Amino acid sequence: MTAASKQHASTKESNYLTAGYGVRSWLLTVDHKRIALLYLISLTTFFSVGGLFAVLIRLELLTPQGDLFQSETYNKLFTMHGIFMVFFFLVPSIPAVLGNFFLPLMIGARDVAFPKLNLLSWYVYAAGGLVTLFAMFAGGVDTGWTFYAPYSSTYANSHVILAALGIFITGFSSILTGVNFIATTHRMRAPGLTWMRLPLFVWANYATSLIMVLGTPVIAVTILLVAIERLLHVGIFDPALGGDPILFQHLFWFYSHPAVYIMILPGMGVMSEIVACFTRKRIFGYKIVAMSSLAIAILGFLVWGHHMFVSGQSMYAGFVFSLLSMLVAVPSAIKVFNWTATMYRGSITFATPMLYALGFIGLFTIGGLTGIFLAAMALDIHVHDTYFVVAHFHYVMVGGMVMAYLGGLHFYWPKMFGRMYHEGLAKVAAVMIFIGFNLTFFPQFLLGYLGMPRRYHVYDEDFQVLNVLSTAGASVLGLGFALPICYLIFSLKFGKKVGDNPWDAAGLEWTISSPPYEHNFHEIPEVTEEAYDYGKREAARV
Amino acid sequence: MFEDFTLFPEAASTVAGGIDRLYFFLIGMTTFAVAGILSALILFSIRYRRRPDRAAQQIDGSVPLEIIWSAIPLALWVFIFGWSAKLYLEIHTTPSEGMTYFVTGKQWMWKIQHPTGQREINTMHVPRGEVVILKLVSEDVIHDFFVPAFRIKQDVLPGTQYTTIWFEATKVGTYDLFCAEYCGTKHSEMIGSVVVMDPADYQAWLDGQPAGQDPVDAGRVLFENLRCVTCHDAGSGQRGPDLSGRFGRPTSLSDGRTVLFDESYVRESILEPKRRLSAGYQPLMPTYTGQVTDTQINQLIAYVKSLANSDVAPKGGDADGGNGQ
Repeated sequence: MTAASKQHASTKESNYLTAGYGVRSWLLTVDHKRIALLYLISLTTFFSVGGLFAVLIRLELLTPQGDLFQSETYNKLFTMHGIFMVFFFLVPSIPAVLGNFFLPLMIGARDVAFPKLNLLSWYVYAAGGLVTLFAMFAGGVDTGWTFYAPYSSTYANSHVILAALGIFITGFSSILTGVNFIATTHRMRAPGLTWMRLPLFVWANYATSLIMVLGTPVIAVTILLVAIERLLHVGIFDPALGGDPILFQHLFWFYSHPAVYIMILPGMGVMSEIVACFTRKRIFGYKIVAMSSLAIAILGFLVWGHHMFVSGQSMYAGFVFSLLSMLVAVPSAIKVFNWTATMYRGSITFATPMLYALGFIGLFTIGGLTGIFLAAMALDIHVHDTYFVVAHFHYVMVGGMVMAYLGGLHFYWPKMFGRMYHEGLAKVAAVMIFIGFNLTFFPQFLLGYLGMPRRYHVYDEDFQVLNVLSTAGASVLGLGFALPICYLIFSLKFGKKVGDNPWDAAGLEWTISSPPYEHNFHEIPEVTEEAYDYGKREAARV
Repeated sequence: MFEDFTLFPEAASTVAGGIDRLYFFLIGMTTFAVAGILSALILFSIRYRRRPDRAAQQIDGSVPLEIIWSAIPLALWVFIFGWSAKLYLEIHTTPSEGMTYFVTGKQWMWKIQHPTGQREINTMHVPRGEVVILKLVSEDVIHDFFVPAFRIKQDVLPGTQYTTIWFEATKVGTYDLFCAEYCGTKHSEMIGSVVVMDPADYQAWLDGQPAGQDPVDAGRVLFENLRCVTCHDAGSGQRGPDLSGRFGRPTSLSDGRTVLFDESYVRESILEPKRRLSAGYQPLMPTYTGQVTDTQINQLIAYVKSLANSDVAPKGGDADGGNGQ
């Protein structure tokens, strides 16, 4: 990385933040870094809206009676919570923010392969988001984020079409991002940056992009079919019109199970970057960690039927889906073991990103292993559609994905803005989120096995104690999420300025200025080393 | 709030114990794995925290370790798959003999019909120690019949097909019945209870109910009144198949396939007769959609089922059982 020294010299040069001012310079930008920030702002907005719905849901569930909202309202709250969190936060989150910003930097490129498509993807995302927000203000939708037919296609009296249209539109932004990342990774790597030298974050986003491109069209088709049945009364899913409701579930989960891996894989990529940096080591078993991302992407397409063990699907199909679901857990387990093994004989420090990484390993392990409970057909009969499932996917999505997202945001923040946040407050927030999360969702495993069904506005009094615990946890969790929003914004103006590489991390993204120049690299670097080359740094330190 | 607090649901069916054992095994596995990972994280965090005099040791990886920590979980999970699949097979395989109840779900209530014709809403009385087979169907959206104490759950679909689930209750008591598939506004109020009674008490309870019409008798009357008898009677000229001795046996279809002549097939043949036509017959039968209620379909099924063991064709004319009223 000989170019690094030259680039240090020109620190007076304008960076991507100062390269242009005014609304136009942002809304018409084709700079991948600025587009990442556009995504960051819109994603944070939708996360806050989804979070607010979660708070209202937990408040209602403090008591067994339906005393805060009417059933119609409660059903809309959990539906809109799911829609905003899944389609407008979790699916785009890491790829659209950290991926857009860092994938080109990590591979030594000046931008993504198709910068204008990249901007278009944000506009498409924003349009989908606005349509869904409009659906919310027009009165909301009450089908659950899963839109099961024939309820969604015939019976629901809420704004199904509008909300579905929002999701349909935003799906195209996923596809555009996926196409962009695949082309960028294939065509724009710096000289010498072979596939086996790629940072694992790039591998993870590459695998994610494959799923986005292959899976998203299926949900678009599915939504379109619901709309056709609802508007034109063509029998597709509703048996009263000659349709088949199980067909909807096959189509829906054919996308929506792989979508779970769209949500978690990029988080696993962030994990590898953080763990390597804060243990000062190359990731243990680099190759197998990289390949396990691809294995997850492929196997992830073959397990959708495990959502349908009690739907009336054939028992033999159930056997196949159950066995394949056991297999898809193996690459995830491999990753957990390798991150843990990376810590062995490391030189570990515990800055905020590493706290999130440690939290991720613990919570994702619980999330993953409770997935085995659900893949085991006989047990799934009992816990299917109960709070056990709710707890399981929140352990993966919030305990895994959101922890990784926050860890990544804290890790890359100084690079993105050239300033550091308040480390003490950041640690307090990380601990609050960890404790609040467990208090919110662990009781829900117990509620699930006790038999409390999900999406219940009114519930049996026997379930109240655990629900009160869960709501108490949610208030800690909510405060924990509010803190970073405050101190990160505060740091933009008042944070301590940092150098180009505050963590002394390996990787091309740390060789350029913080914040990066408009076109990232003056000279395209030549890569001569493996990823995570911490050996030399350690030798120099001791 | 605390008086009913519990962490574990009551177990009141023959399959509950098997599912609980699998659950506890998986809790053991999870606890062991999480404890192992956490110990390693804590141990490494302390032992290998940064010191000024010690550099991190660069390790590329270890093929034997990768094999070990892939193979052990894989073997364990395939074992769990086998265990749960075997259990699932037991739960999924409906016993051939049992009391058949018809359960119809609709927004937002459960309608239950006893084998002897009595009807209930949202409450279901069953005898202890008897196999109870439920034929489930929905009038509108998808519902789900869930009794946590029995560890059973089955989606209830709209359309021509029944889904089936069975249980054998082991303990007298009253157990929650929940709809577990989101079905609209009052989903959380689509609840009820299953009341398990000693067989003698159950009989007494049945006797205390308004005398339900015997479903077989009612079905025989319907068979006559709806003019099913004109085609499906042995002496009718045979435009449709004679239905005696057919129920519960495989039957050949006109497209060469074979299906089981069961409740779902009878229901489908009444509602959509052309979908799966019996071999050797023309598609002459009209649909009865909209002309028969779910209760009447259940009665027709009961009657057709009663012909299962008779080789004698049903006679037309007045049903000699009469109706129970």
